[in-house]
Amino acid sequence: MTTETAQPGITATGEQAKVQELTVWGALQANLRDYGLLLALILIMLFFQYFTAGVLFKPVNLTNIILQNSYIIVMALGMLLVIVAGHIDLSVGSISGFVGALAAMLMVGWRFPPELAFLANPFVAGAICLVVGAAIGALQGYLIAYHKIPSFIVTLAGMLIFKGLSLAILAGKSVGPFPAEFQLLSAGFIPDIIGPTTLVAASEGVQPVVLHTTTMVIAIVAIVAMVFFAIRGRSRRLARGYESEPFGLFIVKNLVIAALVLFFAYMLASYRGLPNVLVVMGLLIALFVFITKRMTFGRRIYALGGNLKAAALSGIKTERLTFYVFAIMGALAALAGMIYAARLNSATPKAGQGLELDVIAAVFIGGASALGGVGQVAGAVIGAFIMGVMNNGMSIMGVNIDWQQMIKGVVLLAAVFFDLYNKNRSA
Amino acid sequence: MTKTILEMRSITKTFPGVKALSDVNLDVREAEIHAIVGENGAGKSTLMKVLSGVYPSGSYDGQIIYKGEEQHFKSIRDSEHKGIVIIHQELALVPLLSIAENIFLGNEQARAGVIDWDETRDGAGKLLGMVGLNEDPNTLVTNIGVGKQQLVEIAKALSKEVKLLILDEPTASLSEKDSAALLDLLMEFRKQGITSILISHKLNEVSKVADRITVIRDGRSIETLNKEDITEDRIITLMVGRSLEDRYPARVPQIGDVVFEVKDWSVYHQLHRERQVIKNIGINIRKGEVVGIAGLMGSGRTEFAMSLFGKSYGQRISGEVYLHGKKIDTSTVEKAVAHGIAYATEDRKTYGLNLIDHIKHNTTIANLTGISRVGVIDDMAEMDVANEYRKKTNIRSSSVYQVTGNLSGGNQQKVVLSKWLFANPEVLILDEPTRGIDVGAKYEIYTIINNLAAQGKAILVISSEMPELLGITDRVYVMNEGRIVGEMPTSEASQEKIMRSIVRAEGKAS
Repeated sequence: MTTETAQPGITATGEQAKVQELTVWGALQANLRDYGLLLALILIMLFFQYFTAGVLFKPVNLTNIILQNSYIIVMALGMLLVIVAGHIDLSVGSISGFVGALAAMLMVGWRFPPELAFLANPFVAGAICLVVGAAIGALQGYLIAYHKIPSFIVTLAGMLIFKGLSLAILAGKSVGPFPAEFQLLSAGFIPDIIGPTTLVAASEGVQPVVLHTTTMVIAIVAIVAMVFFAIRGRSRRLARGYESEPFGLFIVKNLVIAALVLFFAYMLASYRGLPNVLVVMGLLIALFVFITKRMTFGRRIYALGGNLKAAALSGIKTERLTFYVFAIMGALAALAGMIYAARLNSATPKAGQGLELDVIAAVFIGGASALGGVGQVAGAVIGAFIMGVMNNGMSIMGVNIDWQQMIKGVVLLAAVFFDLYNKNRSA
Repeated sequence: MTKTILEMRSITKTFPGVKALSDVNLDVREAEIHAIVGENGAGKSTLMKVLSGVYPSGSYDGQIIYKGEEQHFKSIRDSEHKGIVIIHQELALVPLLSIAENIFLGNEQARAGVIDWDETRDGAGKLLGMVGLNEDPNTLVTNIGVGKQQLVEIAKALSKEVKLLILDEPTASLSEKDSAALLDLLMEFRKQGITSILISHKLNEVSKVADRITVIRDGRSIETLNKEDITEDRIITLMVGRSLEDRYPARVPQIGDVVFEVKDWSVYHQLHRERQVIKNIGINIRKGEVVGIAGLMGSGRTEFAMSLFGKSYGQRISGEVYLHGKKIDTSTVEKAVAHGIAYATEDRKTYGLNLIDHIKHNTTIANLTGISRVGVIDDMAEMDVANEYRKKTNIRSSSVYQVTGNLSGGNQQKVVLSKWLFANPEVLILDEPTRGIDVGAKYEIYTIINNLAAQGKAILVISSEMPELLGITDRVYVMNEGRIVGEMPTSEASQEKIMRSIVRAEGKAS
């Protein structure tokens, strides 16, 4: 009723035709959540930069942060879809652990007869692992979607089952090391096909700065593409009179993002360049942004999570959609499991345990609603980095693990509290 | 002259950027039924929230004088202590608790925190007697109909020793019979000295029971009418600020061949396999024709429509559906939509809209293929569509990015219509298209319906408001207890005639 009264009767018709041009402040406020989250990440990074005496922003450490959080982010992408669809998946940690174990057994643990030896090939084994992950997700999704068993229960059961299964196939031992090709997934960097660029040559008392040129080129190409699409989109909207973002804000926003990308590319380039896993992650993030923003599949997931009954009565196959969402989650959990195993260079029975909570926390910090229907890929990724940077920074500072847990808990609570506060204020 | 129990003086309430109420005056006399009418968004509910303390004292300007004293309610509890009880449009009962538990919820018959169940049941039984509800107090609320739930709400109010009872759209989801019973109850209360404030859209009800009527428009109190001055036309004129020559826009029907036909349609109850809800129904609709289904609440109209639309209701569904003489399969919503059938629900909040998303996404969700290629949405095309339909259906909002949950009922209904218009159906089933929306918005929706008919669509309108059916349809089917019991051209129909076919059918059934 409060907002109903905002449209007193019939008089409002005249003013709606023209496009409202928001003020800069208005546009900022409208997107407070999006900008606020990014700002929070930057502030947290600066905070730790100060309290770790400059260690956080060292190229090697930034590279580490990416490597350490890659599997969380990969799973957060799938978890975002699950949570937007109004469900939850508690099994992803165990699935990732199980798939990591399966990968280890395929590649090093099991002795195959010669005619089956190809199964140990890292690429074949990797593909098998992805399929197994998707199949596990699909099975859970089938029970949730078609048999209407609450996802909380199905995936809680899955968590226990796959925790046990990974123990079983590893026979309680760690299995490794992996073949070199497989390790590249987490430990490798893209080759510098252009060759290094020396910015500052080594001399007495001066640290040499040698850049990984290919990384910089990729970053610049990415920035140019981003700006190109931003300008094209804006001019299209302008042409139809749909633009509401002030021009100044548009410029500033793109400049800031370009500067940030350039800065991080520079940092990575002055260490060893782009990690392979960041390439995988980047492509996946781009894919999921596209799915959620531009594809009918993504749109339907939001509709499903926003109002299941209305979605069904709009002709959306809600069951099949839920099924797919869990299958995708399973495949991503499998990929994450392989990244994790490759990073440790062995599969351990305890791998993956408790990861689901980090993943879920990342998605909620990123602004998703526990009731479904709300959440953004960018938010989930930033949420994962907020958790990751805090882990990293506190470890460098030597904060005890007990305190780390408590602080992370408080941050999760604070993020969701801020979100709800913000919503209530605007309502 | 009886004495005044409540006086609200120059109440002004502002929300950020909007004046919801400005200088509203209301005086209510003891033991009268005072109706408040006004279009949706006029500020009726806001006024009642001010009165009941939902908006605490201090958040508005003006005075509330109740029983001769100025009141400063900080919360609903404060106002309830003084005997002011509000019953909201959306019932606030807990479905899986019993009637007795609901009646005493928050006010438990307990000693030191231990509930006295005998007291609870006896007390509930007594209160149920007062409201004329013949149900076991142990029955779960979920197992009784909406009409009876409303009575439970009133019993709950009585348990708080109510002096001033506020009912916000109490009959919106009740059948005519239940509505009449409820209104009788209010008149009974009046005899016992309980004052009621009745907020309603249904002008015929208001003019029947109200002693006085205050009309609110655009956040202002326009006028208070005494019983002898009350006529429907007068109220409408005051409500909309202009006189509505006719509540139903004129149209010249151009009716063609039969487009849509249902034969021998039978449906069994969703949960009870043995209970047949729809019994061998056959109907047809012609091109450009608006056909109505009249019937009492519970006659199976919605169940019929939803079972037709992708088997969205019921089980063991049998029967045949023909489009242009060809048999079609409507067994899933997707297939039904693909064949050009659309069903706009009676319950837009539960079945119609994604309330947390904005107008644009709600408009296109039933026809995403219409704005996409190989699964990729063309966002410019989507913007065009959303703006086009917003304009066509005259949705009042700041932009297509307004969240539908914040729209008024009438505008929400227009979004539901937009969604189905964009799906471009040949057959449009509209279930209670004007429920809970104001006179002005109703007129707009009728206009949309007329335009659709003029475009040659076949339209089926389900409505509990007989004047509406008589006003906008070409032909009416009368439904009772899952059967079609009558069919007549609207030109020959009347409320009495429709009621007579229902009553005759009931006579036959028993």
